[in-house]
Amino acid sequence: MSSFNLKVNGNKVSVTADDDTPLLWVLRDELNLVGTKYGCGIGQCGACTVHVDGVAMRSCSIPASRLTDSDITTIEGLASDKLSPVQEAWKELDVPQCGYCQAGQIMTATSFLKQNPSPDNEEIRSAMHGNLCRCASYNRIEKAVALAAKKMS
Amino acid sequence: MKDQNKVTFSRRSFIRTSALASGGLLIGFNFLTACEETAKPPVDISKLNFNEFNAFIEIADNGYVTIYSPNPEIGQGVKTSMPMIIAEELDVPWEHVSVKQGDLDTKNFQRQVAGGSQSIRFGWDALRQTGATAKQMLINAAAAKWAVDASTCKAADGIITNANGDTLGYGDVVNEAAGLEVPEDVSLKSPQDYKIIGKDAINVDMEKIITGQPLFGLDYTSEGMFYVSVARPPAFGQKISSFDATATKAVNGVSEVVQFGDKIAVLASSTWAAMKGKKVLQIEWTSDGNLENTSDHNDELNKILDRKNLDVRREDGNVEKAFAEADKIIERTYESPFLPHNCMEPMNFYANITEEKVHLVGPIQTPAGTARRIANLINRNEEDIHLEMTRMGGGFGRRLYGDFALEAAEISNLTKKPVKVVFSREDDMAAGIYRPAIKYRIKASLKDGKVTAYHLKEAAINSNMYGLIPHFFPAGAIENYKVESGNYRSNITTGAWRAPYTNFLAFAEQSFFDELANELNVDAVQLRLDLLSNVEDGKDPNIQYSAKRMIDTIKLAAEKGKWGKTNANTYQGFAAYYSHNTHVAEVVDITLNNGQPKIEKVTVAVDCGIVVNPTGAKNQIEGGVIDGIGHAMYGDFSFEEGKPNDVNFNTYRLIRMRETPIVETHFVENELSPTGLGEPGLPPAGGALANAIRNATGQILTKQPFIKELNTRKTDLTI
Ligand code: FES
Ligand code: FES
Repeated sequence: MSSFNLKVNGNKVSVTADDDTPLLWVLRDELNLVGTKYGCGIGQCGACTVHVDGVAMRSCSIPASRLTDSDITTIEGLASDKLSPVQEAWKELDVPQCGYCQAGQIMTATSFLKQNPSPDNEEIRSAMHGNLCRCASYNRIEKAVALAAKKMS
Repeated sequence: MKDQNKVTFSRRSFIRTSALASGGLLIGFNFLTACEETAKPPVDISKLNFNEFNAFIEIADNGYVTIYSPNPEIGQGVKTSMPMIIAEELDVPWEHVSVKQGDLDTKNFQRQVAGGSQSIRFGWDALRQTGATAKQMLINAAAAKWAVDASTCKAADGIITNANGDTLGYGDVVNEAAGLEVPEDVSLKSPQDYKIIGKDAINVDMEKIITGQPLFGLDYTSEGMFYVSVARPPAFGQKISSFDATATKAVNGVSEVVQFGDKIAVLASSTWAAMKGKKVLQIEWTSDGNLENTSDHNDELNKILDRKNLDVRREDGNVEKAFAEADKIIERTYESPFLPHNCMEPMNFYANITEEKVHLVGPIQTPAGTARRIANLINRNEEDIHLEMTRMGGGFGRRLYGDFALEAAEISNLTKKPVKVVFSREDDMAAGIYRPAIKYRIKASLKDGKVTAYHLKEAAINSNMYGLIPHFFPAGAIENYKVESGNYRSNITTGAWRAPYTNFLAFAEQSFFDELANELNVDAVQLRLDLLSNVEDGKDPNIQYSAKRMIDTIKLAAEKGKWGKTNANTYQGFAAYYSHNTHVAEVVDITLNNGQPKIEKVTVAVDCGIVVNPTGAKNQIEGGVIDGIGHAMYGDFSFEEGKPNDVNFNTYRLIRMRETPIVETHFVENELSPTGLGEPGLPPAGGALANAIRNATGQILTKQPFIKELNTRKTDLTI
């Protein structure tokens, strides 16, 4: 076990965990930020997606102890006093079914739109291809990403 | 067709009211009488006692309404759509309504089940009656206050108005209403007057979902709780012979290792520590040699199909005679593998068992049955059990089975600690209760341009098609008709998987119809319409699909999907299927990309009666269709020596964004009672896709997953 500091959603927090503990489990079990979800643990589903220095990363596949110098944003940190444009789009189009994968979808979409503010459909499909939705709400995710892009422009 | 409106209730026995301590009116009612999958109509509602109520409406003295919805939410939208029905008849603005998930009350756990797409179907009458009764009580209270006849007053949008134009809000009269008799006769709105039903209402948990608030079982924690990872036999048919936990106990955070039955639980202060601890357990497994392989299943299922006499499920006329007299006989065998459910949220459950009480929390489709089984398992009274239901990260049938909750209860009982059992994805896929592998053999005879006989044999692992499935279309449409089934008993656990049996049966039959259409040289849609024209609705009580509704649904799909009118590079496939009381027809459009199908679009027509919440309804259809296509294309799951070949998403393929078609949904408009939507969109999808692929390439697909068939035949694909 070792102790280290992390910066999560703008707050400095100190954590005690084994060096190999993935960020996912530190967020969920130590910091009680359970919005970031576990789906596969091997980087295949995207449910655990967070932003590390603004870039979408799979929190199940990075040890938290390596991120002491980074800014980490989770789904809980995305809305300030109001919802982000991506969240707004998700709400407007009533995207979720069970809802479990959606935090990861929203985090992936948010970082993608930062890099590509006016994507076409094929680009949206490719960007979101790595995030599984077992309920298959894919049509609405696709539309919501396009709507969010519009809202941000 | 059965008219579900003709259900009589004794309102006195299913609605009770009382005053809220904080001011306001509390209405208790039995939300449902028959949400069990083997659905019975809600006629025994009058036999229920007050203490069997499982749902409540609170009307506060500011007129705001809280509805405690008892039905488990697995993503099918009932937590939104069922309260909409109450709010409609109560006549309050939807914005004044909030919805909370009710707990499983120990005395009241008879009827809370999510499964079989039946929640809406059986909730419809009870929910409307409850809302209308509450509204009438409020009107009666206002009339008494004004000293006028209640029949001269009206209520709408939370406001009661009398003949003089005076108004009172619901909140102004709730305290008085609480002291009134429950009225016996209330009238229900006619569908033209609906203000909430039929309008889009977004998911009531929306804000929480998109901001990452705790909602799901996996998100639940309690003070001093231990995370538990369980080592289970890696192969079906194995048992534990010995184990060594030295390395496990050396893992930071691991506090305890206990054996229960043939499983070992690792308790730890974090999920990661528990999982790590489990990985380093040294376990010797043994078996009595009964380790099964997919290739053996294949042989066994073929043997069943070759058998002369199976279990006859429906028989009309004389198929043998028709075959003997036929101009031509067509026969085809279809096969599908096991499938895991792969709910996005892996199985998990919390249990804290103390002398005083049994506290259970988690995602479960069958809270009632599970609570009962746990009471038996740990030898406690059902009254000691308090079960809280969380939102479920998918169900698809998997959470009908309480195995994970029983594990949590057993471990907590053994260790006297609050525990949460968390399955890793690998655990979830390897300790499944799978969709069984199934084969169908269908044989039909043609004579004088007509289908004269239809004989379907089912060979499945562990169990067979249930209920009225043998009476689904084309039963009733072909004079000589026979369905029979048999099964092979395996030690691999199997169970319900979204649209059980029909998820594959529909593919087999709908592909087969296209072959018949081809032989008869008629259009595929026309063949189905011709067959349906032989069916007289209401003649056979076992036949619950309606030929009329199916014909309308087929025509709508063909029209909206531009059947037969696409450009040269687009190929179409058609399928129509009735299941879970809902009629669905689908047109799939594909193009070819290097000989491989690219699925462009699916046009769906649905007759589910009144559409309560269109956005939610479409979401279910979009999901069901893509799920059906995804599993037909990619779903593959096999066993070697009792062990599954895939345990995570690196090798097990689920459909992803780039592979998905655009789904366009159209509803048949009518004023019939609503029916379920969680499942019926799925069954026709695989068949419609197979038919499109056949029309594009000439390849007849008989085995799922299609991708495997297409890859093995790759060289043959020429276009
Ligand atoms: S849990 Fe991280 S990608 Fe699946
Ligand atoms: S909404 Fe259920 S997994 Fe995506």
